[in-house]
Amino acid sequence: MSGYVSRYAPRPGTIEPMGEHGQTVFAEATEPVSIELRRIAQTFGQNRVLRGIDLDVPAGQFLAIVGKSGCGKSTLLRLLVGLDRPTSGSLRFADRSGDTVEANARIVFQEPRLLPWARVVDNVAVGLGQDVDENTARVKALMVLDDVQLSDKADQWPARLSGGQRQRVALARALVSRPGLLVFDEPLGALDALTRITMQQLVSRVWRELGFTAVLVTHDVSEAVHLADRVIVLDGGKVALDLEIPADHPRHHGDPDLAVFERRLLDAILGGH
Amino acid sequence: MTAYDVVTDRPSRRRSWVWPALSARHIRLKGLLPFVVPILLVLVWQVFSSAGWISTRVMPAPTDVAAAFIDQVLSGALFHNVAVSGARALAGLAVGGTIGLLLGIANGVSKLSEQLTDTSLQMLRTIPHLAMIPLVILWFGIGEESKLFLTSLGVLFPIYLNTFHGVRNVDRELIEMGRIYGMNGWTLFRKVILPGALPSIFVGLRYALGIMWLTLIVSESIAASSGIGHMANQAREFMMTDVVVLSLLIYAALGKLADVIARAMERHALSWNPVYQR
Repeated sequence: MSGYVSRYAPRPGTIEPMGEHGQTVFAEATEPVSIELRRIAQTFGQNRVLRGIDLDVPAGQFLAIVGKSGCGKSTLLRLLVGLDRPTSGSLRFADRSGDTVEANARIVFQEPRLLPWARVVDNVAVGLGQDVDENTARVKALMVLDDVQLSDKADQWPARLSGGQRQRVALARALVSRPGLLVFDEPLGALDALTRITMQQLVSRVWRELGFTAVLVTHDVSEAVHLADRVIVLDGGKVALDLEIPADHPRHHGDPDLAVFERRLLDAILGGH
Repeated sequence: MTAYDVVTDRPSRRRSWVWPALSARHIRLKGLLPFVVPILLVLVWQVFSSAGWISTRVMPAPTDVAAAFIDQVLSGALFHNVAVSGARALAGLAVGGTIGLLLGIANGVSKLSEQLTDTSLQMLRTIPHLAMIPLVILWFGIGEESKLFLTSLGVLFPIYLNTFHGVRNVDRELIEMGRIYGMNGWTLFRKVILPGALPSIFVGLRYALGIMWLTLIVSESIAASSGIGHMANQAREFMMTDVVVLSLLIYAALGKLADVIARAMERHALSWNPVYQR
């Protein structure tokens, strides 16, 4: 994992700082990355989890990956954030001009995974990596907490927060470094239905405002259709369906146009056998 | 969350018109409750002694013990002995605790280190460390080294075991999160592994404090020329039961003091934990 440490160090040449608009609050300039997967295969022992995935995700797209459990979606996600390396195939991230860059990928897990012994603001500051001084980190963390409407909880212990609030802290932690790619691993699966809807609205809003590339792994087809520009269905380690969702954002629950897409996706997932 | 609910719940309950007098008195009584039994025991003891039902050779009266206490304080012997014993206890804790802590961390973090040392430590652990007194006296005589050695040895294992266990049981998902966010080596240890292991380390510490006093008492009674254990043992030779009992009480007080300090440290260090939030 040592490759992940240095991403925050200002390394000239890797990512150009945003100079035109004067001083940005976030020293790290970010821009959405595009993803290019070529013949990606992943094998664990005898088990061929991914069997040749070719996928192009344009910069700034919101992609959802759905499929039954065991279809390989979590494996694919771990490859995207660099937790694992593929058995074969290539994986490339590029900026808008097509130059290969490091992804600066962040992940929001199903569980918030907050440090129970760090206050909320310090948990968010974890997202900045280790090379940021304490004061700057706190200022940035407070700003992002404001974005997720939790600035009043900044000095609380995580144990004091509700499940939805904890997940918002986890989102803030992922956002604070302004990632080029943000990956969600069934982030709302553990929340109750109403909290899930507010969280979906929040995720949709920050995505529209910050413009990162988003990859959402979920088994909730309605959630995928609600949030994503494009949904792919994984089955048996291959892309079984690749569907654009052309509707405008923000989207509303119960929209009949979206229901058509939901239906097609469910058919693809369940009708495959 | 429940801790919160209780806090907000309490005032309204206290103001309730059904229980007002009773709950106020209830709270005051509750504070005294732990002292009822010891006070009663001391009273009964005093009565029996004054009535002559207990020989002073068996058990001195509480007033005699109090007199012995004042004597020892005025002569300065008590302060000297407490200071000597306290210093020995702390030195043993520092040496044994540090070794146990470092070994526990090393074996918790590194598989190689665990395979190298864990089996040996588990074997050593099963030897009652007090059984080594004869050997220790042969090695060190009755000097400070013998006490330091025995106390350190006694303290080492509970701290080692609990640190090891604590480090091993730090949430894997948190460690994975830390790695994704660029922590490794020392940072990962300082921000994730050590705080995660701390509750368990404190359990080890409090357990070790008990063993620390036990070891010290035994080794001071057998091989020492100062300290509370020595004070008690010398008093035995002159049949001064009051000083013997005084020594026991001082050990009890020191043990309690150590535990109170450890608890306070625990509460401070683990204030993030809902269990310690008030």
